[in-house]
Amino acid sequence: MNYIEAINVRKEFGEGDAKVAAVSSIDLSIRQGEFISIMGESGSGKSTLLSMLGGLLSPTQGFIKIEDIDIYSLKRNKLADFRREFMGFIFQSFQLVPYLNVIENVQLPLAVTHHTEKEKKRLALSALERIGLKDKALRLPNQISGGEQERVAIARAVVNEPPILFADEPTGNLDSRNSEEVMKLLMKLNSEGQTIVMVTHSRTNAEFAHRITEVADGKLKHSEAPIRLAV
Amino acid sequence: MKLHNIAINNLRRRKAKVCFLVIGLLVGVAAVVALLTTTQSMTEDMAHKMDEFGANILITPRTEGLALNYGGLDLGGLSFDQKEISQEDLSKIKTIENAANIRLVSAKVFGVFETQGHKALAVGVDFTSELALKKWWKINGSAPKSDSEILMGHDASERLKAGLGSKLDIKDYEFTVSGILEPTGSQDDSLVFMSLPGSQEIFNKKGKISMVEIAALCKNCPISEIVRQLSEKIPTGKVTAVQQVVEGRMDTLHSFKRLSLGISGLVLFVGAMVVFVTMMGSVNERTREIGIFSAIGFRSSHIMKIILLEAFLVSLSAGVLGYLVGIGVTYGILNALSEHAPHLTLDYTMAVGSVFLAILIGLLASFYPARAAAAMDPSEALRTL
Repeated sequence: MNYIEAINVRKEFGEGDAKVAAVSSIDLSIRQGEFISIMGESGSGKSTLLSMLGGLLSPTQGFIKIEDIDIYSLKRNKLADFRREFMGFIFQSFQLVPYLNVIENVQLPLAVTHHTEKEKKRLALSALERIGLKDKALRLPNQISGGEQERVAIARAVVNEPPILFADEPTGNLDSRNSEEVMKLLMKLNSEGQTIVMVTHSRTNAEFAHRITEVADGKLKHSEAPIRLAV
Repeated sequence: MKLHNIAINNLRRRKAKVCFLVIGLLVGVAAVVALLTTTQSMTEDMAHKMDEFGANILITPRTEGLALNYGGLDLGGLSFDQKEISQEDLSKIKTIENAANIRLVSAKVFGVFETQGHKALAVGVDFTSELALKKWWKINGSAPKSDSEILMGHDASERLKAGLGSKLDIKDYEFTVSGILEPTGSQDDSLVFMSLPGSQEIFNKKGKISMVEIAALCKNCPISEIVRQLSEKIPTGKVTAVQQVVEGRMDTLHSFKRLSLGISGLVLFVGAMVVFVTMMGSVNERTREIGIFSAIGFRSSHIMKIILLEAFLVSLSAGVLGYLVGIGVTYGILNALSEHAPHLTLDYTMAVGSVFLAILIGLLASFYPARAAAAMDPSEALRTL
């Protein structure tokens, strides 16, 4: 059974003559536990597609279904609850909150849940332990390296153990060594059962996934299994 | 980690921006507090001064057929056949319910005398009270210091040809002119002022008073009530409020209050605009993190709570500091404006009101920016990078 489905989705920006279709008529199905890479050039529409799959951007046309729920039929608050419960996000450029320290950044998605403070702290420390940054829990984002900031962003995305992880260019600001570490971390999370949808323009990183889907000019070109599966 | 932790951490770690926001609101609150407190203090001061400036209540004998005009009132022919008020009755003035409002009591004895072929009217007064009551008097020379000295009105001095230091016989008593009044434009110009005991002695009016002028502090008390109380205590006297004086003073005070309220409203409006623009700018600067909050599952209400909680804390600080700064500024202003030590009233209602006002303005001015932030589409917010 398909876990995430994009059915004939289209997204237009602008009005009148300035209207531009960033994504047009895309159908995509993702199975539970799958690790899929969406590749494409800058401006190809891959990030727009990811935003629509992640419940951040409603399509102009078509449906996005997760667990057979048409997520854009949900009201704004229900959709926010759905995102919190089902999805974790790793944004471009880390997107950590600069005035919160590492553990506070990781705890952010838990701020509006009903966990006790003790439980929130335990979950955050556990997530930091998984990414190997438990000892830097009290540092501010500007006091750690770019690779470490990316790992904190991953810890924040997985702290409430969402079944789906959306990653938008997670290694875009990292050197090759840090990129590989992050990709290995994503593979590890995927091996623990998380469905991962990753947008990247790097073929090397894309090949860590089970499947590579290429987007060009807002359309799905083709899907393929990578030549090699990274270990 | 709760929502308030996010708000507090933001305020703690963005000190410079928070300071700017606090100062923006603080200036508005301090300006309003300073303006209102200064106005209040000045109004009270002005009321006191105005109440001291001349009499606003007269007590005259209850006698028919008197014709002497004094202070715009008929006082009767204060010559020989009228009944006087007993001097003992003066002590009853201070026993009325509103005795605290009685600022000055100036008793007078009138008597007509003839010298050098001219008739003149002499007034016996207590010079301490009289000089306090008539602050506009300017004396060439000095006020009498003994019973044998007199103060001449300007016209009386010319008419009786009694210059400064000259001697004048009144009813076989010799007096020295210690001072001459500069022209006042009132009936005082044609009077001869002498000590109260001296006048009682030479006019055979011991223990008697012809008229009493009273300056009552009536900013917040009904003058008619004081008149009623005095009438009860001194049944032999006719107690009259000088209505045009009282109403004129109240009109002046009301105009002053209206002016200060108008200016306060204007300052407050400008203050609110400063907060609104600053909060709007602050929210716009935080578009990215608001987008993150929204993307990871914060509801609109959660985002509003964070922003409004920050606004509340900032406004609370600005309100408290604004009040203190406003009071300090007021003290400085009053110190600069007043010749004497400033009379500053610390008003509990003003303190609570200014903090409440700051919070109200802070929240109102932040409500629209908070709503705009909460309504922001997460992908649009994250796109602003």
